[in-house]
Amino acid sequence: MKHSVTNVVIGGLGGQGVIKASDILADLVFSAGLDVKKSEVHGMSQRGGSVSSDVRFGANVFSPMVPPGEADYLVVISSDQVPVNQAALAADGVLIDDSKIDVSKLSNKKSVNVALLGVLSKHLDFSVDAWMAAILRNLPEKLHEVNQKAFLLGRNG
Amino acid sequence: MKVLLSGDEAVAAAAYDCGVELGTGYPGTPSTEILEEFDHLGGRAQWAPNEKVALEVGIGAAIAGGRTIVTMKHVGLNVAADPLFTAAYEDMNGALVVVTADDPGMSSSQDEQDNRRYAVAAALPMLEPSDSQEAYDFTRIAIEISERWNVPVLLRLTTRVCHSKTVVNPSGAPLPKTAKAYEKDIKTHVMLPGFARLAHKRLREKLAQIAQWNEESGPTRTVKGSSALGIITSGISFQHVLDAASEASVLKLGLTHPLPIETMRKFAAGVDRCIVVEEGDPYMVEQLRTAGVAVEDKASIFRFGEFNVDRVRRLIAGDTTPEAPPVPGKPPALCPGCPHRGIFETLRDQKCIVCGDIGCYSLGTLSPFDATDVACCMGASIGLGLGMRLTLPEEQAKRVVSVIGDSTFMHSGITGLVEMVYNPPPSGHVLLILDNGTTAMTGLQEHPGTGRTLDHSKTGKVVIEEVVRGVGVKNVHVIDVVANKEEFGELLKNGLEKPELTVIVARRECLLAVRSIREYERANETQCN
Ligand SMILES: Cc1ncc(C[n+]2csc(CCOP(=O)(O)OP(=O)(O)O)c2C)c(N)n1
Ligand code: SF4
Repeated sequence: MKHSVTNVVIGGLGGQGVIKASDILADLVFSAGLDVKKSEVHGMSQRGGSVSSDVRFGANVFSPMVPPGEADYLVVISSDQVPVNQAALAADGVLIDDSKIDVSKLSNKKSVNVALLGVLSKHLDFSVDAWMAAILRNLPEKLHEVNQKAFLLGRNG
Repeated sequence: MKVLLSGDEAVAAAAYDCGVELGTGYPGTPSTEILEEFDHLGGRAQWAPNEKVALEVGIGAAIAGGRTIVTMKHVGLNVAADPLFTAAYEDMNGALVVVTADDPGMSSSQDEQDNRRYAVAAALPMLEPSDSQEAYDFTRIAIEISERWNVPVLLRLTTRVCHSKTVVNPSGAPLPKTAKAYEKDIKTHVMLPGFARLAHKRLREKLAQIAQWNEESGPTRTVKGSSALGIITSGISFQHVLDAASEASVLKLGLTHPLPIETMRKFAAGVDRCIVVEEGDPYMVEQLRTAGVAVEDKASIFRFGEFNVDRVRRLIAGDTTPEAPPVPGKPPALCPGCPHRGIFETLRDQKCIVCGDIGCYSLGTLSPFDATDVACCMGASIGLGLGMRLTLPEEQAKRVVSVIGDSTFMHSGITGLVEMVYNPPPSGHVLLILDNGTTAMTGLQEHPGTGRTLDHSKTGKVVIEEVVRGVGVKNVHVIDVVANKEEFGELLKNGLEKPELTVIVARRECLLAVRSIREYERANETQCN
């Protein structure tokens, strides 16, 4: 059963778009007709503390939390948060952090989260069109172009 | 059509689809989004000053025949406990669903109390969904039970159910109303002792009937598996169990008070080993053992914190090796430029003994402020400060300051203020009310002091300094500490030197809220012209 579920953990600091990235991913896989559960703990308004969000998808998902050490992909928006989230990653799992992209090529630094989804997209079996549609559905119009470019930077980099 | 919803959103959607006429509550993580979503969907949703008032409004509406949902976090039910226990005796004409959102692991709370205990103590039915689909379905069942037996029903969510998004197929089917028109009936609506004695017996009869219904057609699920291992579980633990022990037979309860004990007895008898997997208190274990059903309990380390698949695996295996603490992440801190900052710097520099309260400003406890000495529950700062002033040696007593936020002041600070005027300590007292124009901690909700309702439209405004003067405090100051930090320091110093009562209202909007506040103000102005 374990292999029929894909586990993704997204980590970072409050305000960096961790939750937004997991919303986009969950929406993408849901629209593709898969079962999906997405879970995070969000409480306080104040900015800057560590945040992480779990997304699990497949034919049938039970627990909404990725079991420790079983994440197939760990996406970390700022690399200083890797140690905090490392325990989530499976021994053969893939770590995707901001060293995987050329951040200086982003016209808006706030779109690192979506650029890293672009990197993640290379490992998953969904079309670019489906990803773009999910990005557009989850962001206000004025951010569409910036984030489409950010996604492609990650995808094509 | 299937949708991806959080548990909170699913409760709101079900309430809306079932024609709930009133949603009321007080913000508290992880329950806050229920009423916000109910409002978005078009329901009538309102914030009360606190959970007790919210529940009282809900009881009134349900006695009058309305369908009502009242939402709060777990500790909110402590505040609302007084009306809850007596409402259990009174006959609801319509429906009253009380949502309690518990927080095992305390991701954003001051305790991890298990509110299943309230169901037992108040003798009320309780439902516990394990995902968003059940949050939707159980909200509907809660309304049906409430109307069928005329009792309030508790719907217990936990953080993971509230905030996880899972797939929901909402039935959307309307729920025909069964309430009769309101008629005066003091025997069921006024709990004088003579009426209450009879009402208590009626309540126990209702519970017995609900227990029977739960045995026969309650929302219980069974998963057929090996007879070597049987697991009894409920709520989010069920989902972890499905991953952790795919071979086991599982009995998953939906209505966890009153429990279907005979169903559970039969299940336990049919397996070689029966273990109860429940997050929090050993509630079901105790109920089963009292009924003479032999089941295995979890090891005591699993009473603490939140479950996950790995912990449930170890629980079932009886593995009690000490658990490694998680790598500490970066803790939250007051936002850069937060108006609370200057206040806590001043309190630290003047070496005050600070009785704090609950809100963003709780972070004044930590470095670099290290200002707060004592805190307990919402509203406690004033009483705590008065008690310390009455007890500490004079040199220390003179340095005690109570610090409370605006939303918390509305919630439960006003009675503390009355106590301050009624039983003033000989050394006087200083109270700071931090008015940042919002309930920031829980995500920027309105409250009676903002003069705007839940949906941000204009309403009556309770002006803090007028309340303070009205109850009889003479030294009342209003100041913007961001603009006038030195002057604030002087005011505080003068207040501490005098054996009198001083209240300083520090008014400056929360940095995260200020833009929306201006927008609401503008929208409300144009609407009124
Ligand atoms: C009884 C109870 N209800 C709700 C909460 C959740 N809660 C924590 S702090 C808070 C209010 C914070 O607002 P305010 O006092 O204005 O301070 P701010 O966060 O704006 O600084 C709430 C509602 C709680 N802890 N206890
Ligand atoms: S959310 Fe508002 S009140 Fe809370 S820390 Fe930030 S600025 Fe301060």
